[in-house]
Amino acid sequence: MELAYDQIDDLCRGAAFLGAGGGGDPYIGGLMIKRALQEGGKVEIIDPDDLDDDVLVIPTAMMGAPTVLIEKLPSGDEVLRAFAELEKHLDRKAFATMPIEVGGINSTIPMWVAARLGIPVIDADGMGRAFPEIHMETFGVHGVSGSPLAIANEHGDYAIVNAVKNQSLEWIARGIAIRFGGAAYIAEYPMSGEQVKRTSVKHTLTLAMEIGRRVELARQSGQDPFAAIIDFLPETHYSLGKILFTGKVVDVKRTTERGFTVGRVTIDGVDQGSLMIEFQNENLIARKNGQVLAIVPNIITIMDVETAEPITTEFLRYGQRVRVMAVSVPEIMTSPAALDLFGPQGFGLKEPFQPMIAD
Amino acid sequence: MRIGVDVGGTNTDAVVMQDTTVRAWNKSPTTLDVSTGVRHAISSVIATSEIIASEIDSVMIGTTHFTNAVIERKHLLEVAVIRLGLPATASVPPMTDWPRDLSQAVGRHIFMLKGGYEFDGRPISELDEDEVRACAHKIKSLNLKAAAITGVFSPVNNDMEQAVCNILREINPDLQVSLSHEIGQVGLLQRENSTILNAALSDLAAHVVNSFERALIELGITAPFYISQNDGTLMQAHFIRRYPVLTFASGPTNSMRGAALLANLSDAMVVDIGGTTSDIGMLRNGFPRQSTTFVDVGGVRTNFRMPDILAIGLGGGSLVEDEGRAIGPQSVGFELLEKALVFGGDTLTATDIAVASGRPGIGDCKLVAHLPPTTVRGAQETMRLKLDRAIDRMKTEAGLLPVVIVGGGAILVDWDLTTASEIVLPKYGPVANAIGAAIAQVAGEVDRIVSLEGSSREEVLELAKAEAIEKAITAGAIHETIDIVEIEEVPIAYLPGNATRLRVKAVGDLAISAPFK
Repeated sequence: MELAYDQIDDLCRGAAFLGAGGGGDPYIGGLMIKRALQEGGKVEIIDPDDLDDDVLVIPTAMMGAPTVLIEKLPSGDEVLRAFAELEKHLDRKAFATMPIEVGGINSTIPMWVAARLGIPVIDADGMGRAFPEIHMETFGVHGVSGSPLAIANEHGDYAIVNAVKNQSLEWIARGIAIRFGGAAYIAEYPMSGEQVKRTSVKHTLTLAMEIGRRVELARQSGQDPFAAIIDFLPETHYSLGKILFTGKVVDVKRTTERGFTVGRVTIDGVDQGSLMIEFQNENLIARKNGQVLAIVPNIITIMDVETAEPITTEFLRYGQRVRVMAVSVPEIMTSPAALDLFGPQGFGLKEPFQPMIAD
Repeated sequence: MRIGVDVGGTNTDAVVMQDTTVRAWNKSPTTLDVSTGVRHAISSVIATSEIIASEIDSVMIGTTHFTNAVIERKHLLEVAVIRLGLPATASVPPMTDWPRDLSQAVGRHIFMLKGGYEFDGRPISELDEDEVRACAHKIKSLNLKAAAITGVFSPVNNDMEQAVCNILREINPDLQVSLSHEIGQVGLLQRENSTILNAALSDLAAHVVNSFERALIELGITAPFYISQNDGTLMQAHFIRRYPVLTFASGPTNSMRGAALLANLSDAMVVDIGGTTSDIGMLRNGFPRQSTTFVDVGGVRTNFRMPDILAIGLGGGSLVEDEGRAIGPQSVGFELLEKALVFGGDTLTATDIAVASGRPGIGDCKLVAHLPPTTVRGAQETMRLKLDRAIDRMKTEAGLLPVVIVGGGAILVDWDLTTASEIVLPKYGPVANAIGAAIAQVAGEVDRIVSLEGSSREEVLELAKAEAIEKAITAGAIHETIDIVEIEEVPIAYLPGNATRLRVKAVGDLAISAPFK
């Protein structure tokens, strides 16, 4: 399918919802892709199941702290350079690009690449949500190497990184991203069509679009947008969504460090205690009076209490009235191998993973 | 004695308030030059209340002029829009998603220059002085009067914005320059948008503030005058000359606070019915409920916090069609006094329905005697449905709330609402806006760079909150009414000692604004 201009806002809203507070400002991502379409670019979204086994696919993304992105917007050339340099390094042209995560700007960066280069973007990603670190990919869980990786900045500087392990790739590339000002643009996990089909979380772009559309429809018809999401999720591989908490943001502790946006937000309920959420780009764990209500890799998203618009971590502000939702992720993301990479231990949390149960 | 004034698009309202009592009120048409309308409204309330100019302690003015100018795309200057950040930021140039008619009104004079900072204070690129000078000369040749300068991470370091401002002024001494770090927070696009709108309003700001001043001088009033801003607090008038965008949405804030006072309610739905639209907002603990996400002004995303308002097309001038089954959003607007049936016109409006159903004292009721009762009842039912639906959308929880109806169009309502526990129609409801201006709040603000080394962040925050509250009390706020409305921390990585720019704002009621008797 070809991406239509009036689908962009729905896509960005839904992607930010699945992005668990991270993935970068969806507004900036949306503006980039709108501009690309206005200038005559086209974005063809293709089904992963239609890929030939032996084509080359190169995913693309922004890497760094969302708090940097909202000031230092991309030039737009960084990711094109990373993509071109990786093709040159591999001495092969890519057939398509795709997201490594669903969330804010990282759903639309591959579309920007697609529009500029005239290649398709695949309706799938490697996280099924957003995670802060680039080794936290279902690609890696199933044996795909993130290397070689190309990383570029707005000045034209770039590097090719070949790491033995995906964890080392994250560590080394993060160091470069910090030197690039805390936000950089990457092309990585070069892989075959067969690998995409076997290791990705499928149909997440169209899912994001549908979630965004249902929220907008609910708003327009005066229905409850939260109920619209909760009613829709059981039709998808994200089987369960529920409301965790409603209240007012009373504290935001947030810094840009180690190439991430790190901190915690405290939300006071009307008469039900307070909820504390820790984040590293994405929301990781929600505790109410010390008790864990939701934990990674399940999705925790903070939303505007009236409109259900997702609020990414970099835009949390004192006084906001919010509703917090949790969503259970697809099974491919909760296998023991997956949990080793992006379960609670992957983030140094003491608490064990707990599956979500319906109330 | 205080005078509260609300300068709206259609009417200019004034009230004289002695402590907690309305001594006099007046509603006059807004005039093109602003000044005449303000002078007329104030002089008539002074006459009715039989006070003399020297008894007036202060004058508080709320105005929707600047919001209306943006919405109507009128009286806007063309602006040199300067962004410092290249080679970064090029993927989304300034004004990318502005409505076309608005970006045309401010021109499309975009200058993207080298400069800006990284989050840790290193420059992205150094300023190129030749490039800045070339830009300054271009501004001169285009004969632009206003400029908006936005640098990447200027809330962390504003040196480059200042440096560019100095060069522009050296070449264009009369240029009115708006600097983004004085206007908004972190978030480049939202801050840039607000800065551009501020620059576009520069001339109008001078004109409006001068008009207020002239009106007061001509009336012999020497008391200080203030203008209300977004969050319901007062600003010195001269401040508005430089930052007119800070008045956006002060209108709804004033009317909601006025309604809270008149109805003596702290939790209620407020419906402000004007000539063309009704604004619906919610009072929580006496404060207008704020919008959480970014607020659009005239189709442009800004970073201001504003009351969460739902506007629907229902007002005193709304057209009634199809035997009452359709009402609004079209309206006769300020031509109500010529066009409505009760005033001898030929257009059936919502006001005519109110008169036909027995509302006394408006126009000539004989002119609507011919309306079929089915049309009158049908129209009332349509209005009720419209309001019920809108109120339902604004509600955040189950259960009924009192609904306070204010504004010039409050006369439309003499029926029940299924969404209301009760309907409150306060006596001075038509001038709730001006009353809201007169009882506007005062703020105490702390804005400084603190070190988080050696003390816990919680301690530093608590100290800053206490200091902001202390400042609000010094400014005249009642202690029990003070609320912390904003806390913002911007880490300054290039300074030692875990430095953070900390901004805390506390807001409270001025000591004399106790509930109405």
